[in-house]
Amino acid sequence: MTQAEIKLCSLLLQEHFGEIVEKIGVHLIRTGSQPLRVIAHDTGTSLDQVKKALCVLIQHNLVIYQVHKRGVVEYEAQCSRVLRMLRYPRYIYTAKTLYSDTGELIVEELLLNGKMAMSAVVKKVADRLTETMEDGKTMDYAEVSNTFVRLADTHFVQRCPLVPATENSDPGPPPPAPTLVINEKDMYLVPKLSLIGKGKRRRSSDEDATGEPKAKRPKHTTDNKEMWPLAYSQSQHSRVNSEFQFTFQTQTSSEIVRTMLRMSEITTSSSAPFTQPLSSNEIFRSLPVGYNISKQVLDQYLTLLADDPLEFVGKSGDSGGGMYVINLHKALGSLATATLESVVQERFGSRCARIFRLVLQKKHLEQKQVEDFAMIPAKEAKDMLYKMLSENFISLQEIPKTPDHAPSRTFYLYTVNILSAARMLLHRCYKSVANLIERRQFETKENKRLLEKSQRVEAIIASMQATGAEEAQLQEIEEMITAPERQQLETLKRNVNKLDACEIQVDETIFLLESYIESTMKRQ
Amino acid sequence: MAGNKGRGRAAYTFNIEAVGFSRGEKLPDVVLKPPPLFPDTDYKPVPLKTGEGEDYVLALKQELRETVKRMPYFVETPEEKQDIERYSKRYVKVYKEEWIPAGPKSKKAKDTGKGTSLTNTADVLKKIEELEKRGDGEKSDEENEEKEGSKEKSKEGDDDEDDNAAEQEEYDEEEQEEENDYINSYFEDGDDFGADSDDNMDEATY
Repeated sequence: MTQAEIKLCSLLLQEHFGEIVEKIGVHLIRTGSQPLRVIAHDTGTSLDQVKKALCVLIQHNLVIYQVHKRGVVEYEAQCSRVLRMLRYPRYIYTAKTLYSDTGELIVEELLLNGKMAMSAVVKKVADRLTETMEDGKTMDYAEVSNTFVRLADTHFVQRCPLVPATENSDPGPPPPAPTLVINEKDMYLVPKLSLIGKGKRRRSSDEDATGEPKAKRPKHTTDNKEMWPLAYSQSQHSRVNSEFQFTFQTQTSSEIVRTMLRMSEITTSSSAPFTQPLSSNEIFRSLPVGYNISKQVLDQYLTLLADDPLEFVGKSGDSGGGMYVINLHKALGSLATATLESVVQERFGSRCARIFRLVLQKKHLEQKQVEDFAMIPAKEAKDMLYKMLSENFISLQEIPKTPDHAPSRTFYLYTVNILSAARMLLHRCYKSVANLIERRQFETKENKRLLEKSQRVEAIIASMQATGAEEAQLQEIEEMITAPERQQLETLKRNVNKLDACEIQVDETIFLLESYIESTMKRQ
Repeated sequence: MAGNKGRGRAAYTFNIEAVGFSRGEKLPDVVLKPPPLFPDTDYKPVPLKTGEGEDYVLALKQELRETVKRMPYFVETPEEKQDIERYSKRYVKVYKEEWIPAGPKSKKAKDTGKGTSLTNTADVLKKIEELEKRGDGEKSDEENEEKEGSKEKSKEGDDDEDDNAAEQEEYDEEEQEEENDYINSYFEDGDDFGADSDDNMDEATY
């Protein structure tokens, strides 16, 4: 794990869980898998605090444990999972767009608590919704359960592995750490909840759907639903979707591609290079209801898409009216390249961007050729090339003419290695997010006194309004905060908002680059 | 390699044309220090994306940040023990929802906590009796209050209470040992003071 990643992980853990958990988490990320005593000794924290921190981390799926030989249990942190915490608001928003408020709240509860039993989630979400609804109305549990089932069906939530129940438990001592097993098929099974009644007065009786033996009954509270990796792939599809909207000229073609993506959500894993082949008939059937284009028009669109030089959509066969696949790897590659180009343009100017695109297109170019093709004077071209070289957007490829690699008899070619440039950019993104978070914390700390004062004043005003105070008194309390202080607060708020928005946007780039790198690595 | 540097014109081992510099041209300056921390940029960054979606995600992010602080998963750092326990501290504590993952260990901790607090209250009672005998009125009142305070909180098995009570005990013991204000090691016989120290000295005094 690079230093930048570790720093970012440390900041994220600190914001979410406090200093102690951060210390333990970062220690585990840095040193890999370790047993409990070693962690306590190395970090100098007491055993209970280490235990508490590990509990929190395991609950949130950030640390896994394994039993090694001689019964030693070792804990290992997963850095990529910690970095994923940056994306939580984006997940909640995606759930909102697809499943409305209920879905949003379910996802939010699961993210806040790491893992939860279905019954607990449904109860909490229904109560929250009831609070926001008008007086007299209550949220039906069944509706919330339905949304939950839909989330499970589209793989937004996933079941956690359970401790296997042994009917005839052996009399020996229990193992030092339970081994969790999960059947692939069961991952998205939802237990049948029959919640009797609705609203505040209710009795819920949870029943296992498959009629499992009674021994499992007391353990059914561990029948948890866990969230994380799937919102990731889901979000990916929706992101790639939104990118497609820009690349495709017409509304219709983007709609067709979106339908294809939706259909292949469940069948394709997040890092597959191609979606499963879909026949044109299936696509026609699954188009959204409002779209009434005829079959021939759809076929024409599909042919055009398949012939497009961008190669996002490919034709893989002729059965069923033509089988079409979406080339995810290509799509991600072109998105990553577009990101790189845009970064070069914004950092170095449009002439540099021209050189960059040229080298990208021609793969390998010599110094002289670059000047000729780009039609930029030699001195400037040289300067720009070296600037990009020093920042590692462009790399040099040596081609020796003689076996002794003499510099006077070697060709030096400029080339763009997209994978390594993407990695470099990703590393910079991590650094920038870490910087943004630090700056935001600094700003907040600087104005801590002022923030506390304003919070107190707000609390006073709220309590006075509740007890029915007069306008004059409220005015007086409000004047406790002077005008320059108010302005300072405004500036602070604006800055913090801006920094937060920056983090969100950099996170989008991180998502894209990570997906591209993952997809490329899988192919190799 | 570096031998030819001082003598006459620089001679390159490779074709300088290939890298793009023509002969005799001024080479770029040698960089002697690390680049500045905040270099001036020619191109300012592009403005951020705005829109309803972005605003909503921003609001979600800020709310999430506030909410996680209130969750039981946010482990507060324990405060350092202070030498003098402030009386007001007990009554300013804010209670947060306790999250204890189900397990045998948590039960054990609770039991031992209760045990020690019970013994502490027994000790405290003994102390109070002793003090009452001495006739130290003010102190016993304080002790009574502390005793009641510790009894109430002993049910929770709070470790802090034990420590504070223990500290209070130690403090009392120290005070009781000193019947007077004088240091025990003070010599009343002034003559022996100087003589004793000279006994073992082999070296001459200056």
